[in-house]
Amino acid sequence: MASATQTWTRHEGRDRAMRIGFVVVAALTVIGSWIWLAETSNMSLQYVSTAPVQLADLFGRMYPPDWAYLPNVVGPLAETIRIAVIGTIAAVAMAAPVAYITAENTTPNKATYLLGKLIVTVSRSVHVIIWALLFVIMFGPGALAGTVATAVRSVGFLGKLLGEEIEEIDFGQVEGIRATGASPAKLLLYGIVPQIKPALVGISVYRWDINVRAATILGFVGAGGIGVQLFEAIDSFAWRTVSAILIAILGVVLISEGISAYARQKVR
Amino acid sequence: MLQTENLGKVYPTGDKALKDVSVEISGQEVVAMIGPSGAGKSTFVRCINRLTEPTSGKVLLDDRELTTLGTDELRNARRDIGMVFQEYNLVERLTVMENVLSGRLGYVSNWAAFRRKFPPEDVQRAYDLLDLVGLDGMENKRVDELSGGQRQRVGIARAVVQEPKIILADEPTSSLDPETSSDVMRLLTDIAVDRNIPVLINIHEVHLAEEYSDRILGLHDGKLVFDGPTADLTGDAKDVIYKGEEIPDTTSVQTGTEVDPTTDGSSDPIAVRE
Repeated sequence: MASATQTWTRHEGRDRAMRIGFVVVAALTVIGSWIWLAETSNMSLQYVSTAPVQLADLFGRMYPPDWAYLPNVVGPLAETIRIAVIGTIAAVAMAAPVAYITAENTTPNKATYLLGKLIVTVSRSVHVIIWALLFVIMFGPGALAGTVATAVRSVGFLGKLLGEEIEEIDFGQVEGIRATGASPAKLLLYGIVPQIKPALVGISVYRWDINVRAATILGFVGAGGIGVQLFEAIDSFAWRTVSAILIAILGVVLISEGISAYARQKVR
Repeated sequence: MLQTENLGKVYPTGDKALKDVSVEISGQEVVAMIGPSGAGKSTFVRCINRLTEPTSGKVLLDDRELTTLGTDELRNARRDIGMVFQEYNLVERLTVMENVLSGRLGYVSNWAAFRRKFPPEDVQRAYDLLDLVGLDGMENKRVDELSGGQRQRVGIARAVVQEPKIILADEPTSSLDPETSSDVMRLLTDIAVDRNIPVLINIHEVHLAEEYSDRILGLHDGKLVFDGPTADLTGDAKDVIYKGEEIPDTTSVQTGTEVDPTTDGSSDPIAVRE
């Protein structure tokens, strides 16, 4: 026989060639699309050289932030948080049945399963700003449109993740409850809900956290919140006001992230 | 009194897990069902309360036929059958008390169930049972903090709080160490006497079956090949059960195939729907 020592490689032959091929294809895609964009669109590097100067200039105009404006953002910021809170609560309420019919192990039949998937897909595939545009037309400008947009966009997210959570549950626990003669509603209450509770809280709070950030720009399309002020300030080149608003938003986002992290570690 | 008449189960894969099993269990007898893996022990027990749907034959509990019941009636019938599982099948994230009281779910409204509001006599019964199984003072512990033996005691308390007419135990000792297994078996036999109900235990540890049961059912390849008092379980009888030797009324014996009752795909496909 050949050599006495055996050799081992994780990938060999065809497998190895395939992997190298993938890297080459990925690299070519990046380089190719860059060149293509540069040729056909405005993506050129001619402004890159002046970018630091522009940035310094912008910061110069933003500094110092207009602290005196801050009292004016308290109301809109509160509205932003309200949009996120009410939108998220409404979304959780709507997502619960959606999750139930989207999970393969609980959906009553094929039709409901497809309906669930449809709701999830439609809700998720449209950006919250586009939903807001739609609802501003329906309900007029203001926080209502923003709240509904937030809720509608969140239903898909929550329904999908909670549905996946239901698919992961331990069936034995449900069976233990079923053997006592419990009805489907009680199976849900005792067999399923306790198993997904940490995920329910974690995912809902996480979505709320996302919604707070999303709600800060809903005002761009007139759907209420701090975005209205931010947009106006940018439009009127009031850069010191803009920086004050951005700092206020940053503060709110940090707080909501803190709450979200706390809630998620609390529930187990 | 529990009777099965020619109970049979053919899985969608074509596996004949259970063939014409007819037994009668009554009084306060402790009946152990033994047999090799895949002999159909679990299938038999699960066919009684229709967690697995039998494909032929009858199950009668106090002369009431269970196999033909509609979903609501079946749920009512299940209230009279306590079940203890190999993997305990407790709700891990709920407390001991919530798990025990879940045995009374068939008797309370959805709203009461949601608020964990059970009648005082149910709560008292649950406390008494926790005392009986040796878990007094543990009512507010979450089940995922308990050891295997403690969990199985909760499982037994949940079954007994139903005030059932029979208790089915599906391999109740398989996840436990030998000493705890004996404790659990002793508990089950005590309950049979105290509550004056029969207990059917499906078990693969023959010595436990011999030590604690009054009567033995031997299953081989889905067929009932032994049914008699524990004293009659001779070495020859064990050979019949475990090796499939000289079965009196059949000609050929196939080797037992491993059938997992939980993978019963078509008859009971969805967790919560019935």
